[in-house]
Amino acid sequence: MSEKPYKIVIGLEVHVQLATTTKLFCGCSTEFGAPPNTQVCPVCLGLPGALPVMNSRAVELAIRTGLALDCKIADVTKWDRKNYFYPDLPKGYQISQFDQPICGEGHLDFPNPDSPSEKLRVRLIRAHLEEDAGKSMHDEAAAKADSRIDLNRTGTPLLEIVSYPDINSPAAAKAYLTELRLLLTYMGVSDCNMQEGSLRADANVNLHLEQNGQTIATPIVEVKNLNSFRAVERALVYESQRQYDQWLKTQQTINDAPKQTRGWDDAAGVTVPQREKEDSADYRYFPDPDLIPLHVTTDQLDQQRQQMGELPAALREQLENVHGLKPYDADVIVSQGRGVVEFFQAVVAAGASAKRVSSWIQQDVLRTLNERGWTMAEFPLNPQQLSGLLQSIDASQIDNSRGRDVFQYWIDHPTMDLDQVKSALGIESIDQSAMEALCQELLAEHPKIVAQVLEGNQKGLGSLIGAAKAKNPNADHKLVRELCLQLIQKGL
Amino acid sequence: MKLEVLPAVTLASMIAARELTSREATEYFLSRIRRLDTNVGAFISVDEEAALRRADEVDARLVAGEFSNSPLAGVPIAIKDILCMTGSATTCASRMLEDFRPPYTATAVQKLLDAGMVPLGKTNLDEFAMGGSTESSALRRTCNPWDPERTPGGSSGGAAAALSAGLTPLAIGTDTGGSVRQPAAFCGTLGLKPTYGRVSRYGLIAFASSLDQVGPLAHHVQDLAACLNLIAGHDRLDSTSLDVPVPDYASELAQPLAGLRVGLIREQIDNDSIDAAIRDATLRCQQTLSGLGAELIDVHLPHTQYSVPTYYLIAPSEASGNLERYDGVHYGKRSYGDAGSPSPLEAMIARSRSEGFGPEVKRRIMLGTFALSAGYYDAYYKKALQVRRLIANDYQQAFTQVDVLLGPVTPTPAFKLGEKSGDPVQMYLEDLFTVGANLAGIPGLSVPAGCNAQGLPLAVQFQAPALAEAKLLNVAHQLQQAEFFKPALAPSFAH
Repeated sequence: MSEKPYKIVIGLEVHVQLATTTKLFCGCSTEFGAPPNTQVCPVCLGLPGALPVMNSRAVELAIRTGLALDCKIADVTKWDRKNYFYPDLPKGYQISQFDQPICGEGHLDFPNPDSPSEKLRVRLIRAHLEEDAGKSMHDEAAAKADSRIDLNRTGTPLLEIVSYPDINSPAAAKAYLTELRLLLTYMGVSDCNMQEGSLRADANVNLHLEQNGQTIATPIVEVKNLNSFRAVERALVYESQRQYDQWLKTQQTINDAPKQTRGWDDAAGVTVPQREKEDSADYRYFPDPDLIPLHVTTDQLDQQRQQMGELPAALREQLENVHGLKPYDADVIVSQGRGVVEFFQAVVAAGASAKRVSSWIQQDVLRTLNERGWTMAEFPLNPQQLSGLLQSIDASQIDNSRGRDVFQYWIDHPTMDLDQVKSALGIESIDQSAMEALCQELLAEHPKIVAQVLEGNQKGLGSLIGAAKAKNPNADHKLVRELCLQLIQKGL
Repeated sequence: MKLEVLPAVTLASMIAARELTSREATEYFLSRIRRLDTNVGAFISVDEEAALRRADEVDARLVAGEFSNSPLAGVPIAIKDILCMTGSATTCASRMLEDFRPPYTATAVQKLLDAGMVPLGKTNLDEFAMGGSTESSALRRTCNPWDPERTPGGSSGGAAAALSAGLTPLAIGTDTGGSVRQPAAFCGTLGLKPTYGRVSRYGLIAFASSLDQVGPLAHHVQDLAACLNLIAGHDRLDSTSLDVPVPDYASELAQPLAGLRVGLIREQIDNDSIDAAIRDATLRCQQTLSGLGAELIDVHLPHTQYSVPTYYLIAPSEASGNLERYDGVHYGKRSYGDAGSPSPLEAMIARSRSEGFGPEVKRRIMLGTFALSAGYYDAYYKKALQVRRLIANDYQQAFTQVDVLLGPVTPTPAFKLGEKSGDPVQMYLEDLFTVGANLAGIPGLSVPAGCNAQGLPLAVQFQAPALAEAKLLNVAHQLQQAEFFKPALAPSFAH
């Protein structure tokens, strides 16, 4: 990190759409992309007389998330009404949680982006369940300003996860979000699809400056409209510099200006002030009398603990400590999701060396998935097949580059076994004497290279390997190199 | 035959025995409504065609052997116009919802339909059930059939008036602070507010969600019992409905009262504001109960003196939130702001609400908004919740000594139309004896107690612990058997 004359202080509010099939208070579908106002009923339309009924699945997912984030889960939690008028809020209030959120204080540890073997910790203030609002689309270009409202999203369950301002760089903010998303997808709590709005982040940012031995804080700005992790990082880089420039100009501190809201304009790469409400909002929270407080039982907690499965942090540790991977490699594999980790574990369990499996998964397997648009589950080779191939490489029966040929061929002929693939590719092992004969032939054809090697310059050996491969594609390049050197040193 | 004086359950058995068809019964009451409701104003809407169609359907299904377990199949009923019902407008007596046609039916109404009952129409009420005289209705003025210059009470004034004018054999109302019991008392009928959660609120347009409860009005105790049996029970669409088995209320009516412990609420019976005739009615009731073998015990509810202020903080607070949905955007009345207003949206919301709501509704929204505002919440709303708990504790304490409580329903008999409409505080004080049951969530029953010298109905109130409706109905039935009261129509509608 380059030394800046200030410290950035960032807190993140993340809204996560929980992976329930139905809405928080009614049976309407939460599926994304349906025609406007087709996934609605009297409850989510807020029709007079309709009443909310809590979706127990949403409560379970919230508890599971809280447990994974080491949050204190409330014994008793309740729901409150947050009152405000807005056309896409059909009841005139949002059902949320005010003073008794389902998840209390917790924290999230994640790899430090500047030093992957270290961990950063961000403490969490709370995580609470609430319903989403609908969507307003304003056609401001038209002469007669027309607004349309889609209430499909209304009542979709959200978990709002609020962090302490423990984040001190844009890269760390991105890393925090990356880890949070990974954790949530590992647990099946959310699909965290930012394009579809399943994960939304707002950032509260200000700067701490040292002046005359005192720490001065600049006014807090809430940055909204952060639609990708890249946007989060870019916006925070921009906003911190903007605040510093502003500070130099105005010397305004946190005591001189109220919290401001700015929106990130991704195309222009700037944050712009958003229209403020005239008076500070008074949401007149009060307990929703239509819902009964929830008592969380130890049984519920145990059940969710069981549903959590192994989490990314534990898996990284396992890959490092049990399989001896470097933190960076462990992180790459774990970041690919549970399927890839389980594949890795199975290939290793079938006998291949962990390091080779790690390298093959990171390169060949992931590239293939990427190129073919496959998920890990769709990958045609089973762990035993890949393990067999990597073990042959481990045992020097096939070299790495012929191994890649096998891999490429095999993914299109996954019903074959390794020997069938090898013979289809004409791969057979050459015995020692045939190899020696081949090398002698090569050295005879390339006296210059022999002379160079004798003078101590081994650069030319590479072209010998190429020439050997041309004569017999099964020639193992390591062996060619070794034999040629031996023969030259023996004086042919 | 004069069907309006028969118990609804008798009407039902005649229909079941095919001595009478549901259509004939329905036509009978529809024709009374046509003839007499112009003088009463009990109904906001009557859909004769739908009622007759429904009656024909029930008749056909009765012939086919359906509804054999339903004690009220084929019987007409009036529904307070705050309960949603598909196929009819549900107005809440408000300009805001004048044309609102709900796409769904309230659970309580659906249960009546499932049991073969025939809705005649929707009855008048105070706008959004806010009031005690039905005068805040934006759509209709309802008179008390006993004296057309007087109010039928409210907010279920239309229901009670329809019943006492013989326009329906049975009615469904709602009670947030006395809205079933007080109009029943003013109109000389029975009116029951069940335990909070006993009847589903789904489809009941909310006034104050933690207090609202659906309840029946009738002339005969067995009709109340039968109707409560139909509408009570858990509803998965209402989280606050109680998942507790529903007893057979009718089967407990005959229980003798010997040994019953009746608590006399001293703070209410000795209250200075109560009319002498009402106090006398309470005393007569004590004597009858005593004669039936009940034991009378003085009890105290010291915190009930705070019940009106407590109620008038909690109910408006909840109402201010519940009524926020009427913004002119999605349904209901929409009025646009003046052209060129800086925020057309805000102007639309403001004008829709200004023109859609009447003065009493606005007053309560203002009260509630204030009580919930930052800086006032602790002093008002939170304090009110604390006092509510103390009031509930008083009841709980009393019920360790007695089985039911006896007291007045209202301080006075029906007052004159316009008498209190200019003075909200006087109007609110009318609720002194009724709001306690709502705040404590317990059942309350208004029982007729004869008339005063001017021929206006008097009443007494019984309250019981949560879910003890059977006990209330038992007491009322025994009083009816002992002729403490006789089911009676308003005299000018009795012939």
